[in-house]
Order: sequence, then C-alpha cells, then structure tokens
Amino acid sequence: MSVLTKGPAITKVGATVLLAGALAIAGCKSKPPKELPPEPGAPATSTDTGQMGSGVATPGSQADFVQVMSGADTIYFELDRYDVDSQDQIALARQAQWLARYPAKRATIEGHADERGTREYNLALGERRANSAKNYLVSLGVDPSRLSAVSYGKERPIALGSDEQAYAQNRRAVTVTID
Amino acid sequence: MTLRYPTLAFLLALVAAPVTAQDGAVVGTPPPQPATTEAPADDGGLTGSVSDENEWQDLGIAITTFATDRDVPTQTNAGSTAQLGQAISQVIASDLKNNGLFKPSGPGGLPQPSLLQVQSPDYPTWSGRGADMLVQGYVKAGADGQLTVGCYLYDVALTRQLVKAGWQFAASDWRRAAHKCSDLVYSRLSGESPFFDSKIAYIAETGPKNRRMKRLAIMDSDGANHRYLTSGQAMALTPRYSPDYSRILYLSYLNGQPSIYSYDLATDRQTLIARTGNPTLAPRWSPDGKWVLYSMARGGTTDIYRISSAGGGTPEKLTNGPGINIGGSYSPDGRQIVFESDRSGNQQIYVMNSDGSNQRRISFFGGRAATPEWSPRGDQIAFTHIAGNLRVGVMNPSGGGMRHLTDSWQDEAPTWSPNGRIVQFFRTARGSGEASIWQVDLTGRNERRLPTPVGASDPAWGPVRP
Repeated sequence: MSVLTKGPAITKVGATVLLAGALAIAGCKSKPPKELPPEPGAPATSTDTGQMGSGVATPGSQADFVQVMSGADTIYFELDRYDVDSQDQIALARQAQWLARYPAKRATIEGHADERGTREYNLALGERRANSAKNYLVSLGVDPSRLSAVSYGKERPIALGSDEQAYAQNRRAVTVTID
Repeated sequence: MTLRYPTLAFLLALVAAPVTAQDGAVVGTPPPQPATTEAPADDGGLTGSVSDENEWQDLGIAITTFATDRDVPTQTNAGSTAQLGQAISQVIASDLKNNGLFKPSGPGGLPQPSLLQVQSPDYPTWSGRGADMLVQGYVKAGADGQLTVGCYLYDVALTRQLVKAGWQFAASDWRRAAHKCSDLVYSRLSGESPFFDSKIAYIAETGPKNRRMKRLAIMDSDGANHRYLTSGQAMALTPRYSPDYSRILYLSYLNGQPSIYSYDLATDRQTLIARTGNPTLAPRWSPDGKWVLYSMARGGTTDIYRISSAGGGTPEKLTNGPGINIGGSYSPDGRQIVFESDRSGNQQIYVMNSDGSNQRRISFFGGRAATPEWSPRGDQIAFTHIAGNLRVGVMNPSGGGMRHLTDSWQDEAPTWSPNGRIVQFFRTARGSGEASIWQVDLTGRNERRLPTPVGASDPAWGPVRP
C-alpha cells in the first residue's frame, strides 16, 4: 500500500475497492473513476466517495449512476486479457439494470491498459476491452446505439503507482453515462 | 571505410570567395586556389594515416569561429555576422560532441582564422595543438538578408583540404548551415550518410500522471527551434513526419474518438486521414510519401490499412485479424511492411509484402516484440522488446541477430535517424511516469537524453533536408 500514498486520495479508494474484489456487490465503497479530461479531480471525487446519502444525486444522472453502482461502473482485466469474467458480469448486469431504468441515457465505455506496454498496442487493447464490456451490455439487452466505446490506452491511469497493484486497477473498462 | 567526396548536387557547390571577390556578386564563382599545397579534394579520399591508425570516432577536430568579410547586422537571433560565425561553429561543435562523434574542440579557446586563412590554413599552428582535423568557414550577409556560409574540412597531418561546400539560407534558417557543415564533416570522415540537418516531431508532455497534457510539437534534430503545434486541449499521440516535411500524421482525440489526422504545416490545418467511424491508430508514411498506413480498431480487432496520402480513395485492408495488427513500417524500397500482431497470443513482429501477401512472423527470441521500424538503410529493424522491462532492440529483417541497444525500466517506440545509424526512443521513469526522449547509436555505447523544454515522448525523426 505504501506505494499508493504518493497518489491523491482517489488512489487509495481505488485500491480498497480492488482488494475487495471488484465484485462490489455489498460494496458500500464507491469507485472513483470520473470523466477524464477536465479539471483537477478533487471536487467531483468527494461527492461520490465520502458523503454517501448526504449528497443525493439527481436520479438518472451520471452522479446517480456512480452512486448506485458503488464501484460496479468499472470492470477489471487480467494482464493482456480482455474477456469478461464472472465478477465483471455481475457489475455489467447492474449497469444494464440502471440503463434499463433510464432508457434515454447513453453511455461511453472507456477502455484502459496498464503502463507496462507499448503505447499504440495499448490503445488497441483498451478498445478491445471497452468493446468486450459493450458487447456484454448489448447481450443483456442494452441497445447498441446507446453505447460507444473509446480507448485511452495507458494514457489515463487511475492508480498512479508503478507496481502490480496499480496495474491491476488500471486494466479496466469504465462506463460513463452521458448527462 | 570508403571516403568519398560527398554528392553535393543539392548544395550550392559554392567555393569560398575571398574578400576581393566579394563584389563579384555571383555566388559560386570559384576563387583562385592556393595551388601550392592543395591536392584536388575529389580524388577519392584519404589513404593511410587517418583511417588506419585511429577509429574515426577518435579524431580530434578543431572547429574554429567562422570568419566574415564585414561585421554587419543580420536578421538572425545570433547577432552580427561575426557573432553568427561564432554561433555556427558552436552548433557544429555541439552536433559532433553530443552525438559522440569525434573529439571536437572549439571554437572557444582556439585561434580565430582570418577570412584569407579560411582557405589556406596555418597548418603548423594546428598540428602544434594536436588537431587531426580542422573545420573552418565563413559567413557573409547578402543585401537581401540571405546568408552565405562556406564550410571547409582540412586534414592537418596531410596538410590538405578534404572537402568544402557552401550554402545560402534565409536568416531564420542559419542553424541549418551549421548542420549542413556538421553533415559534411561527418559524412566525409565516417563514410556514412548525413543526418544532422533534419527535424523531429514528438509529443510534449506536462502535468500529473493521470491528467497529463500531450501536445504535438516539433524541433530540429538538436532540439533547437522548438515549436508546439497543438494546444493540448485534445490529447495528441504518435506523430510521423511526411518525407517532404510538409505534413505530420498523428493521433488526436479532437472529436472524442482517437483518430489519425494529417496536419498541414504550411496552413496549420488538419484533416482526417480516413472517415471510418472507428478509431484509427498508428499512422505511418511510405518512403515515397504516396501511401499512408494506419490501423483501425473495430469490434475488438485491429487491422492495418493502406490509403493514398493524397486523400480520397478507398482504404485497402492489408491484414485480416485475428487479434490486434498494428503499426506497419515500410522497408526503404517500399516493397515490404514490418508490423506487430498478437495473433499468436502476444505481441510479435511480422513481415508482409506491401499488398498484404506472405505474412510471416520473424521474432522468435522470447518475450514480446512491438513497435517495429525499418531502418532507412534497410539492414535492420528497431523495435521494443518486452521481457520484464521494455528495451529498445534491433534485429535483421529475417529476425536474426537480435541485440539490445538500451537497458532501462521502460524504453519504447524507436525511430531511426535518416542515415540509419542512430535510434531515438522515449524512456518512461518508474513511478512518476515522466517521459523523455533519448537516442543511442548502433553500438549501444553513445546514449544521451535530448534537451526538450518539457516531458517528451513518441519521437519521429524525419529525413535529411534538401
């Protein structure tokens, strides 16, 4: 864990969730991933980490999605793999449920890789992972026209360390609904 | 080693005009040669002492301040013609020194030759200083703001001129004259093709690891004349200079989806290379600039396509899965393409004909192998070897003779110098993820970091400029 202290608070939360196995059914811990490009992460992160309950998100919003998923907005992959395993299926089923409740909502699935690979290949690998998640959601009845996939390769790590623990958190596909 | 008078077809084969010829106004008028000691410079090169007794890398080269006929202001950032003469020789000395080539000295601490001495060196002075070779030259400012620069290389022991050349440049391009002179010296003494007068496109990186800004940027081969081309609002990756330097292909997240754009350097406008509705990655030029290779991800598989660089036309699919096929690089004759595929289960390197036929794996040395780039000389393929750490390696085009050029935690994405003797790549620091551009020669001994104003990755080295 010591390695993780160099990152912001986000990182620790991410690690906890990962150790909990990412199945996150009982969860009660929320997951950090946020939309990527914009501003310093602090404000957005605090809404969905600490104060559960107090900050009630608008139903059907991305904040609501993050809160309801409590970690299940992200699935994780083994090294070099892109298959959806049983834990991922549980998370994706919860995503599909939410998406079924809000049929007008669209979502982008962001695929990522860890830093221990070459840049171009990791872009392709991230696309492959995002696509796996998308295909599984479609198999659960989500209209494919509501889903898009985008890869960030290794360019947007959520865990900042250079160790296996961080890599495991970064090999991921994150579903982000579009407000 | 063959020492030959370099082909100067593209140069303004200008011979230094002594002061008296200045009003002659016609550039290129041959001045009277001091016929006494001078053997013809184009007799096929040196024999004996220089090449036999020393490795050429060990030659001591004195680089003197370039002389001028009149110390007048110039439109350069270096100052007057006299100051420019000093700046040019400093650039030459840095070129040779930073690349581990020769043992350059000067211009500081050396006698300053007069304009007349530029063509008739004071050999005893230089042999007394232990110099093997002597570089001299001159700078003249034309009425139109153009600069004329002459460059001379002398063998001190043999007391003869080895090569000379001259160029005219706009004031803003004065550093190119220095690089041309470095190239002249390097080529004449090493027998290799030139490489200094060339440019590099790369990605400038700033900010924390999880929100790093990545901008398209360019610089000269020595890091000078740095310029950002994109603002950083959209992430930019993996640039490639066109062979004529008019355009740069690169990946941008401009519209959310990673796509290959062609950036026109004359107009600063950019266009999509192909409208596919799918992410496009890993752009590469054919050596003649007529074709572009890119990879397109679709439904979890990625394949390599070829399209005319002129735009329009139908993309031609060169690979057909399975898995990820990416990053094709043409052989210098344009007949073959080396690329990367994980069809065997992990990243390995394959070669195919340029129409996609005869695909075959060439990497069988353990670990994974990625980002192959065919040398402009054709004899080597540089790549990233992933076996624990990421290291830059080279192998021959049949996959044999693999050896590592670097040994660090994470080195990737090699790009060749125009003459195929040096490889640049980027190095990522463990933990911080700080990226920096490095280069190493084929011996693996001369490794150095390139000076960039901020973090830097994805170097793409263009050809020698005409």
